[in-house]
Amino acid sequence: MSRALTVTRAGPGLTVQDLGRPGYLAFGLSRGGAADRLALFEGAALLGQDPALAAVEMAGLGGSFVATEDMRIALTGAPMRATFSTGQALRWNASHLLPAGETLTIGAVQAGSYGYLHVAGGIETPQRLGSRSVHVAAGLGARLQSNDRLPLGCDPGGPVNLSLSPEPRLAGGCLRFVPSLQTHLFARAELARFQKVDFIRDIRANRMGVRLLPQGEGFALDGGLSVLSEVIAPGDIQITGDGTPYVLMSECQTTGGYPRIGSVLPCDMALVAQAQAGARFSFVQVTLQEAVEIERRARSERARLTARLAPLVRDPAVLRDLLSYQLVSGVTAGRELEDDDT
Amino acid sequence: MTDKRLVSPPEPEPQGWPRVVNAGFDGLVVRFADRLSEPANRAALAFRAALEQQSWSAVEETSTSLVSTYLRFDPLGTDHGAMATRVADLLASRDWYEAALPEGRRLWRVPTVFGTDLGPQLAEAAAVAGLTVDDAIAQISQTRLRVQTIGFAPGQPYLGELPEAFDIPRQTALTPEVPEGAVVVAIRQIVLFSVTTPTGWRHIGQTRFRLFRPDDANPFVLRPGDEVLFEPISAERYGALAGDGAAGGATAEALT
Repeated sequence: MSRALTVTRAGPGLTVQDLGRPGYLAFGLSRGGAADRLALFEGAALLGQDPALAAVEMAGLGGSFVATEDMRIALTGAPMRATFSTGQALRWNASHLLPAGETLTIGAVQAGSYGYLHVAGGIETPQRLGSRSVHVAAGLGARLQSNDRLPLGCDPGGPVNLSLSPEPRLAGGCLRFVPSLQTHLFARAELARFQKVDFIRDIRANRMGVRLLPQGEGFALDGGLSVLSEVIAPGDIQITGDGTPYVLMSECQTTGGYPRIGSVLPCDMALVAQAQAGARFSFVQVTLQEAVEIERRARSERARLTARLAPLVRDPAVLRDLLSYQLVSGVTAGRELEDDDT
Repeated sequence: MTDKRLVSPPEPEPQGWPRVVNAGFDGLVVRFADRLSEPANRAALAFRAALEQQSWSAVEETSTSLVSTYLRFDPLGTDHGAMATRVADLLASRDWYEAALPEGRRLWRVPTVFGTDLGPQLAEAAAVAGLTVDDAIAQISQTRLRVQTIGFAPGQPYLGELPEAFDIPRQTALTPEVPEGAVVVAIRQIVLFSVTTPTGWRHIGQTRFRLFRPDDANPFVLRPGDEVLFEPISAERYGALAGDGAAGGATAEALT
């Protein structure tokens, strides 16, 4: 029997996700893919593999999983309670060995919204239109169900028990945006107010969009202008009829006639995805030149993830470079690794 | 966040047509008009085809809306100014409003139940248009409607243009759910839904024509420039078409 991961019990929001399916915008299909793309890069760094490999995205709640053989796994994104049937607890933002026949149980999120379970070799459900990402809104693929069996790619092997300190992104914050197609149609005072008030993440949020409630009045175009339907991209901040902004996510519609007041930078989209209802946001406009520098830094941080890996436990047998860890400014590296990463 | 930034004027919108504008961090949009017109629609389609033909390595994706063309690129590889210049140069190379419609267009005949509980808002839409139900069906079913753009949902066409009577607004409330294959109407256009979705347009008819077939060699059935005739059928015939598979009785012939 080939390598597989069996979902013995599926939470309601489990989907297979990779980096998405660009190239079909002209056909009305948005690119989709993981809600928190950075989590895919972190999982890939932990397992030493390609970030394009697919993982299980878990919205709010995990499930139970059994491996057909020993396999390396990693857990990233929103931290969730993870245990083996032996009672052993697994650290989030780390790689582990999942022994054959062992049941991995993943519970509810402790912070954030989307957790990720990565398996070495990647999940190899069939590609459709060039990607394994389930696109819920388009009906392309479906959420995982109990007893689904996920085929896996080949793992050339590598270490486990590595950990990574993730970039904080689970509790809202300041979203940087650049102008979008209708920004110039908003009065200057409205655009200024948009950057002064706080927003609360509404309970309405999914892989298509996240609603943010302004603390104060909604936002409107001068004279209630109507807008001809134009292209939409993930990150666009759409102002709906009642003046409430929606930040559009990876499964958004591809065209629309609601005005866009701006567009959130790609590297800040993980904050939007991960916020729980009630999280607080603000917006600040940056120039395109600033945006390019911000994205350049984010891309180079992603490239450095592997260099930031650290051993998970202070077991001398697994420390690859014992001396360097013990001698750094007199503080053992293990101390901060034991801190709760939530 | 500085005060200077808060009060700095928004970038001025360029004058004249076509216009090249930034769309978010990694997009450019070429607008050919600020309202729907056939020449601007043809221009948007032809300009996208030209962009695809250029195969610029920095360009990651292109698409069209009703009267605009979009391209997504990597600004870390090619800066915004350089990309806008290349686009402006290509724009200047010809009169895009004179462009022909895309090649390989087809005429689709799509069996459609008008009204009944399968198209529950037909009477309401006819009343808003100032027509009898029979006149409304006749006007819609006898108009060859063109696919102006594909968008919103996978394979979903915006079709026009209906006679003037159908210049009716969207309803103020959203209908919570209309099924895949629904025919909805507003502002002299018809949308044929490719997914089950909420809508502000009035649901006047129903087809069994599947527009998004992800596992087919041709997953997106309709293309911009194709024409569609919605041919009235009875609810009984609609029931019988359940056995016809994805086509739902629809047929296509080449347009020359």
